[in-house]
Amino acid sequence: MPLSFQDLPVGRDARINELGNASDRLHELGLTPGTIIRLVRVAPFGDPVEIEVRGARLCLRRSEASGIRVSLVE
Amino acid sequence: MSTTIGQKTARIALVGKPNVGKSTLFNALTGSNQKIGNYPGVTVEIAKGSYCVQGRVVECIDVPGLYSLRAMSEDESVALRVLQGGDEPVDLYVIVMDAGSMERCLFLYSQVAELGKPIIVALTMTDVAPNLDLEALAARLGVPVVPVVAHKNEGLKELQDTIERTLESPVVPDIELGFPERVRLAIQRLVEFKQAPNIHTLRLWLLREEEPPRHISDDFRAALTELREDLLGANLSGKVLDSQTRYAWAASVRKQVEPATTSPMQSRTDRIDRILTHRVWGLLIFAALMYLVFQSIYTLATPLMDGIETAMGALSDGVSPLLAGSPLVHDLVIDGVIGGVGGVLVFLPQIMILFFFIAVLEGTGYLARAAFLMDRLLGWCGLNGRAFIPLLSSYACAIPGVMAARVMPDPKARLATILVAPLMSCSARLPVYVLLIGVFIEPKYGTAVAGLTLFIMHLLGLAVAVPVAWILNRGVLKGPRLPFLLEFPRYQWPRWRDVLATMGNKAKTFVTTAGTVILAMTILIWAALYFPQSSSSDAQAAFSRLSTQQQEVTSLETFEAQYQLEQSFLGRFGRAVAPAFEPAGFDWRLTTSLVAAFPAREVVVGAMSVIFGMGEGEDSKELRTALATATRPDGTPLMNLGNALSMMVFFALCCQCLTTVATIQAETKSAKWAWFAFGYMTVLAYLFAIVTYQLFRGVA
Repeated sequence: MPLSFQDLPVGRDARINELGNASDRLHELGLTPGTIIRLVRVAPFGDPVEIEVRGARLCLRRSEASGIRVSLVE
Repeated sequence: MSTTIGQKTARIALVGKPNVGKSTLFNALTGSNQKIGNYPGVTVEIAKGSYCVQGRVVECIDVPGLYSLRAMSEDESVALRVLQGGDEPVDLYVIVMDAGSMERCLFLYSQVAELGKPIIVALTMTDVAPNLDLEALAARLGVPVVPVVAHKNEGLKELQDTIERTLESPVVPDIELGFPERVRLAIQRLVEFKQAPNIHTLRLWLLREEEPPRHISDDFRAALTELREDLLGANLSGKVLDSQTRYAWAASVRKQVEPATTSPMQSRTDRIDRILTHRVWGLLIFAALMYLVFQSIYTLATPLMDGIETAMGALSDGVSPLLAGSPLVHDLVIDGVIGGVGGVLVFLPQIMILFFFIAVLEGTGYLARAAFLMDRLLGWCGLNGRAFIPLLSSYACAIPGVMAARVMPDPKARLATILVAPLMSCSARLPVYVLLIGVFIEPKYGTAVAGLTLFIMHLLGLAVAVPVAWILNRGVLKGPRLPFLLEFPRYQWPRWRDVLATMGNKAKTFVTTAGTVILAMTILIWAALYFPQSSSSDAQAAFSRLSTQQQEVTSLETFEAQYQLEQSFLGRFGRAVAPAFEPAGFDWRLTTSLVAAFPAREVVVGAMSVIFGMGEGEDSKELRTALATATRPDGTPLMNLGNALSMMVFFALCCQCLTTVATIQAETKSAKWAWFAFGYMTVLAYLFAIVTYQLFRGVA
């Protein structure tokens, strides 16, 4: 089921479908279509979030990743 | 390769993404033999150093961390220009790769490999992935791979030997990244024109649609347009395709060389993060750590600063008799030069202590977590989580605070942080608050209100800073904003050699850049207070005109100091602008104290002592009495709650610190922003002081 990055639940693997209007820096850091990502944790005040991507950790703001569409991987 | 007579030399560049241990390796290779290069117009600092092995001097350039060879800011463009040998040609790249984030490192490698120069891979943090197949990695990359543990000096010799061998017989890597056939053929066709320096540039033109420079031939341009359209028709164009292909290659390399197991280091980092980023414990620990940092700057620096002042005092005393023959030279050297040098050196303890903590926090990996915790609170007004450190340290002193904004990679957010940092109420404002609260608030309203007032004065700067940052980001600061992205490095112990190198480099930078400006300005200010010199007989004549009553409370010496201040350039200026400060409740005496405090606000209590006839260094109790009893010409009390508060507000918001202005100029490489900070703060301070006075003047 396709989801917006904003609605990604913690701890679930998801595959990136499209990047939308996300900054070029994001795909340069490995967030390319088809990549599996996992939301590891959310900061105490609700933003930013930490994700696991390609075996390393990255933290980004929800607003700056809002264009990314993902689908959950069973 | 460049050679000088009798000695072989070479230039190598250390390249890598942030957090791979690149600077640790650089420090290990070059030792203390470093210098920091500054580039006009940008704030990025590029460290250079050298070592000598087997009769060859190897100059190393520490290129700032990069995620890709495409610049998103001015600073990155400069780093890229250095990397590509724009200023001085580079013979060889050492790509520093972190075994714990292989794919991102391989992505960068795949781009550097297209620059057409020999490469060596230095692999760090191999303890994270001990079973890595290094031979397979070297085979896939087509270049030598040397594991290093730089902080233990392991693998350095092998790295230096490999560098020497590669310099003697250079091999340029040729890797197959697996771009779609059409892209491969297109690049092949473009190569034949021999118009681009390397494949990387061709790919930028073809896939990233960057425009080639003007001197490129029309044939090439036509072919490029045609190929771009061809790819677009096949739905193959674009930046995403470029990243996607490279990452697919990187993933295949990683899969081949890295056994698929979870590293114990990652799970340890995860366990620590569960506490350190926890919504309760994480925030508490953060608050405790920041308190520790803040307290240390306050308390540890004080004895050191006192020591520097004592030493400068001893130096003055030692030099003073030697210059007794010429009063002008004597005062210039003692008050201008030695005072100015002391005024620069006195900030070093704070700067070094703060950067000790920053280097430790950054080296352990905690700084990224702190930014993660704080981003939401600071992000909405255009700053970001990393702004916390500079803003907090500005509460001790804005000078290290402004310098600490270097922890922010986004140039726009960094500039906004630098411009609002001096609004934080630094420790030099405290004596003014204490003096005025002690005279006009505490005796009348009690300790509770006095404490509350002190607290409000400390909060005022922050409360003003937030909307100012918001406005700066909306309307004043130009240029795109970089997305807020943080990598979470694994936790590790700080590398003390790197910590010391950071402290040393910061101290050196401060003294050489801001220090020279401060010294020059101090001498100018000295001159404004010294000239025109009043003659002793004039002062005596004026003294004799005083009533006997007045003569009793002041001495001739004190009066001479007061007389000189009043008719110096600065004093005359104070009198001239005094009418403008009337709405804020200041008469010419208070205004002149303010004006005299513009170079450095810590002098204000001393200046008030002189102006109110106390003489410098008098017991502050007498100054308190003088302030409480001073009258206006019509006999009404000079000061009351209204102008005591407006004076404090003025101090809270005004940029009365030359050193801060000089540091902003040094850090932003722009006199414009330095004077902008000075200007907007002065205007704010003036307006807020007027509003405060008008609100409180009626309160009895």
